[in-house]
Amino acid sequence: MTSATLHSDATRQQADAWRRQTSLRRFYTALGVGLLLVAMCATMWFADEANAGHFFERLPHILDFLSWLVPKDWNDVWRALFDIASPNDKGTQEFNFPLGRVYVWGGFYIPEYFELMLTTVNVALVSTFIGFVFAVPFSFIAARNLTPSPILRLVVKRFMELLRAFPEIVIAGLFAAIVSIGPVAAIIAIGLHSIGALGKLFYEINENIDMRPEEGLRAVGANWFERVRFADLPQVLPNFMSYTLLRIEINVRISTIMGAVGGGGIGEELKLSISRGFGAKTLALVLLLFVTIFLVDQFSAWLRRKLVGEQAFLMSA
Amino acid sequence: MAMAADEITTIEQRHPQIFQQPAYKRFWPLLLIAGTVLYLGYALWFFSLPQVLRESHWERLPLFLSQWISYDLQPEFRLDRPEITPKYPRFSALGENPDPDWVIKNPDGTFTVQIDGDAKSVTFDKTRATITANGVTVPISLTGGKPVVTGPVPDWVTVHDDESVAKMGFVGEVRITVDRVKVRKRFLGWANFVFDTRSPFFGKSAGEVISLIASGPELKPGTSNLALAADNIWNNAQWQHGDVWTKLLQTIVMAFLGTLLGGIVAFPLAFFAARNITPSGLLSQVLKRFFDFMRSVDMLIWALFFTRAFGPGPLAGSAAIFFTEIGTLGKTYSEALENIDDKPREGVLSTGAHGLLVQRYGVLPEVVPVFISQTLYQWESNTRGATIIGAVGAGGIGLKLWEAMRTNSNWANVFYMVLLTLLVVFIFDNISNFLRRRLSRTLHDYNRLQAAQG
Repeated sequence: MTSATLHSDATRQQADAWRRQTSLRRFYTALGVGLLLVAMCATMWFADEANAGHFFERLPHILDFLSWLVPKDWNDVWRALFDIASPNDKGTQEFNFPLGRVYVWGGFYIPEYFELMLTTVNVALVSTFIGFVFAVPFSFIAARNLTPSPILRLVVKRFMELLRAFPEIVIAGLFAAIVSIGPVAAIIAIGLHSIGALGKLFYEINENIDMRPEEGLRAVGANWFERVRFADLPQVLPNFMSYTLLRIEINVRISTIMGAVGGGGIGEELKLSISRGFGAKTLALVLLLFVTIFLVDQFSAWLRRKLVGEQAFLMSA
Repeated sequence: MAMAADEITTIEQRHPQIFQQPAYKRFWPLLLIAGTVLYLGYALWFFSLPQVLRESHWERLPLFLSQWISYDLQPEFRLDRPEITPKYPRFSALGENPDPDWVIKNPDGTFTVQIDGDAKSVTFDKTRATITANGVTVPISLTGGKPVVTGPVPDWVTVHDDESVAKMGFVGEVRITVDRVKVRKRFLGWANFVFDTRSPFFGKSAGEVISLIASGPELKPGTSNLALAADNIWNNAQWQHGDVWTKLLQTIVMAFLGTLLGGIVAFPLAFFAARNITPSGLLSQVLKRFFDFMRSVDMLIWALFFTRAFGPGPLAGSAAIFFTEIGTLGKTYSEALENIDDKPREGVLSTGAHGLLVQRYGVLPEVVPVFISQTLYQWESNTRGATIIGAVGAGGIGLKLWEAMRTNSNWANVFYMVLLTLLVVFIFDNISNFLRRRLSRTLHDYNRLQAAQG
């Protein structure tokens, strides 16, 4: 047997092994995609069956549905936005723009929708603040490398998991019965959720810090608070801020939804306006909400880029 | 060991960038804190928080929370009839023929209701009632036209003009007027969770039910006992297991379908939006603004629109998540594409391949794990989000939860649904985490490349 055939035998074996491996992998990929397609079709059918109106039955009417959205007079959108009296006003709720004015002093007023948007944004900001204030100490206790007690760590971690997974709407509903329906119940609900959500992200950051400064402080006899304050906090604060800003973006959205189920703010007005088919009002609200969310996102992205650089946009997986 | 003053100055001079920072750098934390405090003061005023807190009913919180895990029975005894008989409200947890052993008809014609054994109980006839609790016995005379407490009134008894109320904590309370005695007795647990009071299996022990199903005579002619039992559980009037589970499935389906469809649409678009792959810079800009638009027109707005277009239900919810996800996934996919290592692509290009082949063999192997990971992450977060979206009518368990809460009376049902939701979120978190961990080896390489690139 010559060395050339031996070589080609080995090569053939390798090639065969490779071919087997790829065909097996192709088979698994095809199987996975196939299963996904079957699941997709099944769920589509299920969603369509369970819905009040069916997809193909309603599809031709999609454009009719959009027709009420187009106002007869486009200027009404601006009038609705700034609460200016409309000449189309026939005494119905559809065009009663000036009624919503919130007078601050004299003839100076804040248009109703801006006031409502302000409420929604304030709910988001205050609840993010609550989340941040509680999540920071919790995250230090929950981090494996900073807490000596495993039991305490476990308790805090489970507690935060519970807060994160608990449906906000139930907390909101519960507190609506206690502090009356409105923005305060929404703040409590979103705030509690934010504690869990931020706490998880924060303690994962804490677990990835450089421990050398901590050891240095430990060597000079610093206690737990001093070590956390001077060794850990300076390392993690930019990342904490970055995630908090991200949370503000999310909370503005959640607080809008909370508004639609009674949490005060712009969500409620939007829901009413869409369900009654007030074209001009709906467009004004959508425009205001769109611009606000867009601005909040852009501002937060800009600030995060300044704080932690491009890292802010790599999703950690 | 303290440092001498000159040592401190030398260290300060050696590291001027730490000890002599410009004023704005030194004071920005202070400014930030001052700004936050000012803002909080404003928020306090804006939400008129002191007033809201003053008018809030915190005493309701433990009551509601206890209702999550308990139920009560409220027998009422009319004293103005010839004979005193207990009467239970309709749909009482005890069924149609209640005869609980804690309502005792004494030989002398009086009734005794044991709210917590003999320690907390009430004994009464038409002329007087005696409440026993906390080691104290309070006699109440009912003959003077209104209930009159004879003797000292303990602090757990409230005497109104025509009614005396004795609160006994968690276990219940007694309300007495001249013509009726109303008792509320609270039990830990969920009543009739498996079979409701109309079911023939109601009130039977687990062993009896099993033997009935296995070998008993048909309780309803023409139906096997197993089918009957399953039907009774599924259609339990109080707990509505069937409806709750269907709605839960709808929530899961909404998140799954919305995220999957969003991913399918965003996938090709992301290639045209990524700066380094797109054939035209203008197209890239247009697509990126389109993604921003889909994201910024909030999920709520999409949900409200689609609820109006398709009617309430999971189709509207799926469509809302779908539209939002096109934006979110499109943005993250195109960002992942912009961060790829260009070398494999150049290698494939150098072999003379073009168009789709370059994307397939030069780009795709690198980004697919990232794509899948991000999609799973969104799926996980949408499973949670679908609950809230449901409350505006977009299908799923959200609306059911919201309706159960609005009446303020069905907290046990709310808790049941919450537990199921928590379970679903937990399961899907774990599935998604497991799948992502399987991917993480590939992702690890990807992240290392990112780090190496700076």
